[in-house]
Amino acid sequence: MNTNLVQTQIENSFLKDSWHRLKQNKFALTGLITLLVLVFFALVGPSFSPLKYYETNLALKNQPPSPIFWFGTDELGRSIFVRIWWGARISLFVGITAALIDMLIGIFYGGFAGLLGGKIDEIMMRTADMLYSLPHLLIVILLTVIMQQGITTIIIAITLTGWINMARITRAQILSLKEHDFVTAASAMGASKTRILIRHLLPNCFGPIITTVTLTIPHAIFTEAFLSFLGLGVQAPIASWGTMAADGLPALSFYPWRLFFPATFISITMLAFNLLGDGLRDALDPWLKK
Amino acid sequence: MAKKMNKILDVKNLKISFSDFEKKYLVIRGASFHLFEGETLALVGESGSGKSVTARAIVGLNPKECSNIESGEILYRNKNLLELSEKKIREYRGKEIGMIFQDPISSLNPTMKVGKQVQENLAKTPLIKTSHESFNKVIELFRLVGISDPIRRYDLYPHELSGGMRQRVMISLVLAAQPKILIADEPTTALDVTIQAQILHLLKKIQKKLNMSIIFITHNLSLISGFCDRIAVMYAGTVVETATTKQLFSNPKHPYTSKLLQSIPRLNLTTDQPLIPIEGSPPILTQTITGCGFYPRCHLATTQCEKENPPTFLIEKNHKSACWLYKECTKNDD
Repeated sequence: MNTNLVQTQIENSFLKDSWHRLKQNKFALTGLITLLVLVFFALVGPSFSPLKYYETNLALKNQPPSPIFWFGTDELGRSIFVRIWWGARISLFVGITAALIDMLIGIFYGGFAGLLGGKIDEIMMRTADMLYSLPHLLIVILLTVIMQQGITTIIIAITLTGWINMARITRAQILSLKEHDFVTAASAMGASKTRILIRHLLPNCFGPIITTVTLTIPHAIFTEAFLSFLGLGVQAPIASWGTMAADGLPALSFYPWRLFFPATFISITMLAFNLLGDGLRDALDPWLKK
Repeated sequence: MAKKMNKILDVKNLKISFSDFEKKYLVIRGASFHLFEGETLALVGESGSGKSVTARAIVGLNPKECSNIESGEILYRNKNLLELSEKKIREYRGKEIGMIFQDPISSLNPTMKVGKQVQENLAKTPLIKTSHESFNKVIELFRLVGISDPIRRYDLYPHELSGGMRQRVMISLVLAAQPKILIADEPTTALDVTIQAQILHLLKKIQKKLNMSIIFITHNLSLISGFCDRIAVMYAGTVVETATTKQLFSNPKHPYTSKLLQSIPRLNLTTDQPLIPIEGSPPILTQTITGCGFYPRCHLATTQCEKENPPTFLIEKNHKSACWLYKECTKNDD
């Protein structure tokens, strides 16, 4: 395209407006900054220390926080600081990947159910309801029995039922959007159902979808931590906030920092994502303006 | 209208019913009209007379869950569109028959740049290969419909344009697919009067240039007097009178049409001359109508009107009316 010829007067005004609204929300901004800091440290944090997350040093086990070991060490003398950032990588990766897979499955499943309507919609959504009513933990335990324990299994376990929420939200959006004239107009121009869904309906659900993704991530992170805490998650020596918390729990009375740091980071991450998600919901929905 | 013209579209005795869960309601009770190649036909009628439902039926846009075609034919170049599958009819939508709607802001996708929306619908001709060519084609279309500074406007969103501009974009979007018939469903109702005139002028200009046929749906009779070749007046789900514009305005045959014309303000009326309203109100379509739909409001009604639905009678060349007053004339089913 001849972009140099085009003088855009107002570019992406929707995103710009949303960004302005988000900036005015102090809580959401705090959440966003916290997350950026977390991501930054997850990427470069481990390199601040010469130690590796799997390096043990039994002479230095259970050290309290000190200038050398900022967050102390665990029962095998591994630096908790380094392990926390490795855990952050795992947690963020699992959270974001699971949320994105949820989103992909959910928007297409829900989108088609809403767009096609009638009996197809009924069958699709009742199937989803049935899946949703299965006891989640049971499925996950069964999965870990069948499959190898690890990140992939956790992601599959989370997405197995996680997409249903996204499907429901997308379907509700599509149901109201498909009555709009521009859908009739697109259809009058000979557009197919798939095309209408992808080009016309989904871009208009952008706000709720982004908000749901942002709120799914902490849920997935928490599920990962929870499964790892139960011993169903990632295996040693890989660090995850859940496994670190599980390791730290028996030592709570004597070495509280071993539980304190992973628990704090789980909480901070959850809080930050939820604040950002709430802020995004307000910012991306122009009709919610006060 | 001297030369012989081909019918591009022929709607024959179309009956459409809508249903809720309990009952069926016959909303279009046998509408017949046709469209010649290159002409402009106005479909006129008050709210609820079935103009839009008829128009949408042509491209199969009525909601499938609750509407049903009871009988009739819609022939496009001798092919019955009603018999086509959803997949087949899609090939006619846009490419053969384009449609523009009343409210341009709601018929444009709010999240897509207007230029992109037009570009999406460009006819897939072998001439257009690269995105650069299609960009130029969009700019050309924008110029054709009178959008000034088209290169800058290409990158704007619908909400950044004025009402008239949006309707121009909508027209260029429909033209992009090069349809043979343009159905304009009250395209100027949401616009102010000066813009209305501009849009009508534009449609006329484009029609001449591209030799399109236009079906212009409106409830505004005075709007179309200088614009359309022929007029079909709809009332309670049927076409009650079809005539050339001149015939209809100078010599209306159906009682409804003549009463309708009396109720329109005209410049040559003096201010103390009151307008004559039509007594009563149009029939409620949830009730079954036997006989003529206009019967309860008609000052010339007879007992026959109450019992039997009048067929269409050919009064003179190009002038047809569905009224028992003309039962001496030849019946016309075509």
